[in-house]
Amino acid sequence: MDFRWDIIAEYAPFFLKGTLLTIGLSVASILIGTVLGLFIGLGKMMRNKLYALPFKWYINFFRGTPLMVQILLVHFAVVPSFLGTTNAIFAAIVALSLNSAAYVAEIFRAGIQSIDRGQMEAARSLGMTHGQAMRNVILPQAFKRMIPPLGNEFIVLIKDSSLAALIAAPELMYWGRAMQGQYMRPWEPYLTAAVIYLVLTLSLSFLLNRLERRLATE
Amino acid sequence: MIQVKNLKKSFGINEVLKDINVTVKPQEVVVVIGPSGSGKSTFLRCINMLETITGGHVYVEGIDITDKKTDINKVRTEVGMVFQQFNLFPHKKVIENIMLAPMKVRKVSAEVARAKGLELLRKVGLVDKAEAFPDSLSGGQKQRVAIARALAMEPNIMLFDEPTSALDPEMVGEVLEVMKQLAKEGMTMVVVTHEMGFAKEVGDRVLFMDGGLIVEENIPKELFDNPKEERTKAFLSKVL
Ligand SMILES: Nc1ncnc2c1ncn2[C@@H]1O[C@H](COP(=O)(O)OP(=O)(O)OP(=O)(O)O)[C@@H](O)[C@H]1O
Ligand SMILES: [Mg+2]
Repeated sequence: MDFRWDIIAEYAPFFLKGTLLTIGLSVASILIGTVLGLFIGLGKMMRNKLYALPFKWYINFFRGTPLMVQILLVHFAVVPSFLGTTNAIFAAIVALSLNSAAYVAEIFRAGIQSIDRGQMEAARSLGMTHGQAMRNVILPQAFKRMIPPLGNEFIVLIKDSSLAALIAAPELMYWGRAMQGQYMRPWEPYLTAAVIYLVLTLSLSFLLNRLERRLATE
Repeated sequence: MIQVKNLKKSFGINEVLKDINVTVKPQEVVVVIGPSGSGKSTFLRCINMLETITGGHVYVEGIDITDKKTDINKVRTEVGMVFQQFNLFPHKKVIENIMLAPMKVRKVSAEVARAKGLELLRKVGLVDKAEAFPDSLSGGQKQRVAIARALAMEPNIMLFDEPTSALDPEMVGEVLEVMKQLAKEGMTMVVVTHEMGFAKEVGDRVLFMDGGLIVEENIPKELFDNPKEERTKAFLSKVL
């Protein structure tokens, strides 16, 4: 099999642009998704079942429907109905953030609930309010436990951002498909994209492992 | 001073405390004994509202804690609690475990809280462990830190729920020693324990609980040597 390095070299600037956008989409969605996810996780844990219900269904919806459907809905229906027009990059960030928020919410809830009940009781028996106990006792311990599953979620998000190619957001996979369309060769574009995704996800795991080890020795 | 009047507590349809009436006078040491599942822990946890009370009243220093208007966080600062499983904060050093509540609740400065914490650690014989993390301590040491942590809020009353039950036998003594010292200083204490020796030596009064009721209460000598109720006799014959 002849492998044409020359067409990869020719497309290198586009792959670079695409990679930067993939990183941008992922970072923006991770940040927004995490903040939103914490909020939704807290909402789902509310004692009042009625108040918790919308949050519960938010999570059900975004975990229970395909991300591809969500991206199409946001791009062609939700964003236009709010802004009158649509934009692929914006829509991709919105859809990815909303989707990852549902997973982060569950990670957050599981992290808090994994902390022994005695911790909250000890803090409350000393006279701390629920909020003080959460901030000083429960959350610091829960965050440590949330790092591995959150890292996992971030890696999934980087990979899932490739679905934004469907709405023509010019990220990594978009350029892979463009190259394939131009040269009608399957190996070079898709392998190049795969290798770049692998470098991104492995770098992130490496960083997360270091963070985890640093926190473990603290 | 604790007054418990017609206290009832149910978990769903399971009535765990049926009608508890007790008064604990200032500086008194009351020991609670009874078989597993009789409601000892639940009784203790009702005194600082770790359990919501289903019926009756509990007065701590004259304040009705079942009253919705009562600031329970304030009452809890007057009532220290020591748990069977220690419940130290594993992410904080020993000294930080002790400093946390005074700083957050009483808004004491870090310097003052640290000085007070070191003084309490000296009292329980662990001043050299101030900078250690709880994981590196033995069970007996953990429980002594937990006692120091509760004392840091300067409570008038201390509740102990089987403080030595999770300890290896050789560590029970060091914890009981700290508790005896506290009793000698005049702390009001309610202690759930299986340590009958401690009950006899330190207790002013012993309550025997069974099936959600206080079946019998008396001074330790009388209750142990001369039990009146059949259920008390049966229980004591098993544990003594
Ligand atoms: N949170 C809870 N939910 C439901 N039932 C509970 C709860 N806590 C305690 N119970 C029940 O209440 C009863 C009394 O429990 P409690 O822990 O007060 O007993 P105990 O006398 O302290 O026993 P032990 O010596 O084993 O500690 C038990 O039947 C227990 O199953
Ligand atoms: Mg118990």
